[in-house]
Amino acid sequence: MEKEITCIGCPMGCSITADIGKDGKINSLSGYSCGVGKKYAYGELTLPKRMVTSLVYVRGTNKPLPVKTSAPITKSKIPECLGAIRSVSVTAPVRVGDIIIKNVLGEDADIVATGEII
Amino acid sequence: MRNVDIIIIGGGPAGLAAAVSAYESGCRDILILEREEKLGGILKQCIHNGFGLKMFHEELTGPEYAKKYIDKVIAYGIPYECDTMVIGISDDKTVTAVNRVNGVQVFKAKAVVLAMGCRERPRGALAIPGYRCSGIYTAGTAQRLVNLEGIMPGKKVLILGSGDIGLIMARRMTFMGAQVLACVELMPYSSGLKRNIVQCLDDFGIPLLLNHTVVDIKGRERLEGAVVAEVDPETKKPIPGTEQCFDCDTLLLSVGLIPENELTKMAGVKLSESTKGAEVDESLETSADGIFSCGNVLHVHDLVDFVSKEAEKAGANAYRYVKGDMKKTGGGVEVKNGYGVSGTVPQFIHPESMDEPVNFMFRPKGVYKNAEICVEAGGQRIYSRKSRILSPGEMVNVQLSPEVFKQVPCIEDVTVKVEA
Repeated sequence: MEKEITCIGCPMGCSITADIGKDGKINSLSGYSCGVGKKYAYGELTLPKRMVTSLVYVRGTNKPLPVKTSAPITKSKIPECLGAIRSVSVTAPVRVGDIIIKNVLGEDADIVATGEII
Repeated sequence: MRNVDIIIIGGGPAGLAAAVSAYESGCRDILILEREEKLGGILKQCIHNGFGLKMFHEELTGPEYAKKYIDKVIAYGIPYECDTMVIGISDDKTVTAVNRVNGVQVFKAKAVVLAMGCRERPRGALAIPGYRCSGIYTAGTAQRLVNLEGIMPGKKVLILGSGDIGLIMARRMTFMGAQVLACVELMPYSSGLKRNIVQCLDDFGIPLLLNHTVVDIKGRERLEGAVVAEVDPETKKPIPGTEQCFDCDTLLLSVGLIPENELTKMAGVKLSESTKGAEVDESLETSADGIFSCGNVLHVHDLVDFVSKEAEKAGANAYRYVKGDMKKTGGGVEVKNGYGVSGTVPQFIHPESMDEPVNFMFRPKGVYKNAEICVEAGGQRIYSRKSRILSPGEMVNVQLSPEVFKQVPCIEDVTVKVEA
């Protein structure tokens, strides 16, 4: 199976084509023009990860609290992660760095506050 | 009238970094004037991550990045007044400001740092036909509504323009449960960062329509749809027969930023045609004595890290000016935009008296592959560097030490150019 991805390493934005076997193994990579592209493609094709930032409901006010994952999480889990963030609410005071959800979805990351509510 | 050594207009990333740097240089009489309720500027609403890689070697969100500076401002005890609007400034550095607590205040500053930032190009600048129905926002306004006010502007969204704020908002609206139909871009390339195209559009299957634009707005009270057509890449004119209608209740515009220079003009400072900001020399001093400019009010940056770096320089130099420590000889040599280069900052340098490295920043005019960036002084090439890719979306930095200029006798002009 052929899969195409765009490298984000620099403004070149190389289009990298990967030939992926039935077992999910990468048989070959082409289209990258430097080591950054090769490394990015391997990561992106084996276990893509993303930082997620979103907003948490704060009881008693309309103003939301900004939050982030403390580390990148598996990309396919983004919708579930957003669901988990949507289902919680917090009460003031909240400080930057406070943990809102510990080990979200069993990932090695917490949902932490990036803003404060006093 | 109150005397202040340095007045900083704007408490966003540029103003904060300028204040911290002026303090760290030794200045103990600084005042930051900020028109919003809190310090932090646009960073307050940029809740996504990716800030600070250059300055702090870690990936921060906007509010976290701002906090690094705000914490310092508070720790140093630098005075600031929020909810305060500067309404007047003159070339003798008299600054008039108003707020609800103190009423009208007049300050006499020894130096002023202009750090007012920029604003978004609105719909009016685009000449899109159709009613002025609700549901059309600049991307930054929508970002503020969602991230700060907790209000969703709509459910079915079309984005015009592929600047970074538009791309970031495509992802944010998706995250908040809206459907983003497409991102429409007039140019054959996006002006946004590759990383944002991949992580904000591709990740969610949002199509990026290059060489397309919005040609009509449907709806009278509320937006009901937008007609998108392909454009001729040369003339930018819509191609008849290519129109398609997107049913949407929200149109977000991410079509460029304009430095907010009303006060700069009021102070009689000379503006540059190409950057729309003040003309400055290597110390970031404008054509008005003791008035400095930095950040997005000087020229629109891609990364806040570069804003902070520039503002640190402006803050430190403002204090050098206050101390009478600025030594500039000669009238200043013009820095010209050569082939493929636009908006080089600074516009003037003083090669003879320069005592710290100068940082030239410019935007390539187009996309150039395997090109060379060159700086020439008095007809001699004093710097060159190869680059695999240059594009208008990424500002180029060239740092040169004062010694480089001292090798060339009597420099009359400096040219920054691209050799493709």
